Amino acid sequence: MSMEEKNVDELVKSARTIVRTSIILALATMTMVFVNTNPELFSSNDSSENEDLNKKDRDLIEDGIHVRTGLIDAEGMFVVIGNCTNCHSAKLVTQNRMTAERWNETIKWMQETQNLWDLGENQEIIVNYLVTNYPPKKSGMRRSNLTDIEWYETEN
Amino acid sequence: MTIVNISTRVSPTQSTLMVVISNYRVLILLLLLTGSFSLFSQDKETEMPFGKHEDMIILNDKPWNIESQPHILNDDVTPASSMFVRNNGKLPKDIDASTWTLTIDGESVVESKTYTLAELKSKFQHYTYQLTLECGGNGRKEFDPPAKGNQWSLGAVNCAEWTGVRLRDVLEDAGIKKDAVYIGYHAIDEHLSGNPDKEPISRGCPMFKALEDETLLAFQLNGEDIPLIHGYPLRLVVGGWPASASGKWVNRISIRDRVHDGAKMTGTAYRIPCNPLAPGEKVKDEDMCIIESMPVKSLITFPKTGKLIKTGSSLEIRGHAWSGDLEVVMVEYSIDFGASWVECQLEAPANRLAWQHFSANIKFPKEGYYEVWARATDANQTSQPMVLPGWNPKGYLNNACHRIAVKVQ
Ligand code: HEC
Repeated sequence: MSMEEKNVDELVKSARTIVRTSIILALATMTMVFVNTNPELFSSNDSSENEDLNKKDRDLIEDGIHVRTGLIDAEGMFVVIGNCTNCHSAKLVTQNRMTAERWNETIKWMQETQNLWDLGENQEIIVNYLVTNYPPKKSGMRRSNLTDIEWYETEN
Repeated sequence: MTIVNISTRVSPTQSTLMVVISNYRVLILLLLLTGSFSLFSQDKETEMPFGKHEDMIILNDKPWNIESQPHILNDDVTPASSMFVRNNGKLPKDIDASTWTLTIDGESVVESKTYTLAELKSKFQHYTYQLTLECGGNGRKEFDPPAKGNQWSLGAVNCAEWTGVRLRDVLEDAGIKKDAVYIGYHAIDEHLSGNPDKEPISRGCPMFKALEDETLLAFQLNGEDIPLIHGYPLRLVVGGWPASASGKWVNRISIRDRVHDGAKMTGTAYRIPCNPLAPGEKVKDEDMCIIESMPVKSLITFPKTGKLIKTGSSLEIRGHAWSGDLEVVMVEYSIDFGASWVECQLEAPANRLAWQHFSANIKFPKEGYYEVWARATDANQTSQPMVLPGWNPKGYLNNACHRIAVKVQ
């Protein structure tokens, strides 16, 4: 085998490797695409998805926000996560803005009617966290101004 | 000679490339294809669940609560993709319509009976109606002090076309005792806590409403099987009343000799203070009354708020108006914050309990910022308030006028 032939042979070999890798990559991409477009594959059970997340991702905090739940990172947050995101998502909690008294009433209502457990000393921690980080906003008006208007033009 | 030689001589790299290209061109194509596909799937990830319109707003994903927006509710008959979702429990799965049954029971049934879905469909006559369904908490977001629950803005309303059998026909087939007061539905959805003994929601309505022509046990929405998220395979549809009376995934209806006392019938759920309250005032549970027919309301669905228009051109507005069990007799618009009102064109409803369409052509006197407000009046001569109606602890029944912003320049 001449020097040149040998070179060509080696190049063809390495090209084959490249192609093989590409096939594997292509298959991997296709699987990912399939999984991406069929997310229910892995969420057939409500909680399995969360359990799949490792501890690090479960506790990940970025820009002061707990990524998995959207909760503000502050004292008591993990107690809130542990007690208030089991049945419904944190979105239902943070959509609401209440005084301590009304949070306590809401907790009592969930205990009486929705199977929420006794929170013991955690209740105070939870309510403190909520009134500190999600205080009621006062509008003081019977109708507020329209805000965040996205102006747009059309052809006619 | 040498120059020619160089240009025609195939270098090793070039030859490998050619071998690769010719032998594996199919694969390369595939690679390119999958590459662009995965780009696509990036978009897919942010796509709305349940085939919903991309302008829908997710308020909660466990349980699912998704609201619509005025500009995607412009159709006369709301497509499923723009219908709001208010779920109270876990979304049922693995539903088999071929084994589905509906049982009629309760203290006031003459003879408890169970029907398969096929029997319901073959035994009773089918009816199709356009029915307005609005969540009792639509507009909750505006109340001050804030009211508890999902913070619905404007989009928890729709009017789709439902096909099914009359609840009355089925109840009468089983037999209704003289002492019947109320019906209560039961469904297969699971409570969020996972406790199998708890129902997420089990509401109903008084007999007079249950026996109305338009109260359906529906199996079709806009001519197709009801989507799972909206109650497949069988939904009770009670038009004009809080949409929570329209139970999804229904498998049992009880004819009660008392006001139904299922989940979310009692306490403060879907109730308002029997007597008016000051904002934030306390009220005892026994002083709360069940919401029945929804109040008069309207929505400007075209154009979308924020439209810039040229001086001198006119603006066509369109929308819908509804009023629980009643018909709407007039819709007006104002561009001067209620100082003056102009009547809109108003169509008759497609059938009782369907929303009605209105339209108008507006000319603006000069350049500047305007709000177009719409106000409907019903057959009882009751109109929508421009300010928020009476405060209530759960923030129900906000039927204040809808308005859009327009700038003439
Ligand atoms: C055992 C299950 C469970 C747990 C744990 C739980 N909740 Fe709830 N909660 C419910 C259910 C069920 C609802 C009603 C959901 C619905 O209607 O969509 C609810 C509703 C709510 C609401 C809306 C109330 C309303 O009037 O509509 C708020 C706010 C709330 N929960 C906050 C919390 C907080 C804060 C915690 C932690 C202390 C918590 N939840 C823990 C079951 C639970």
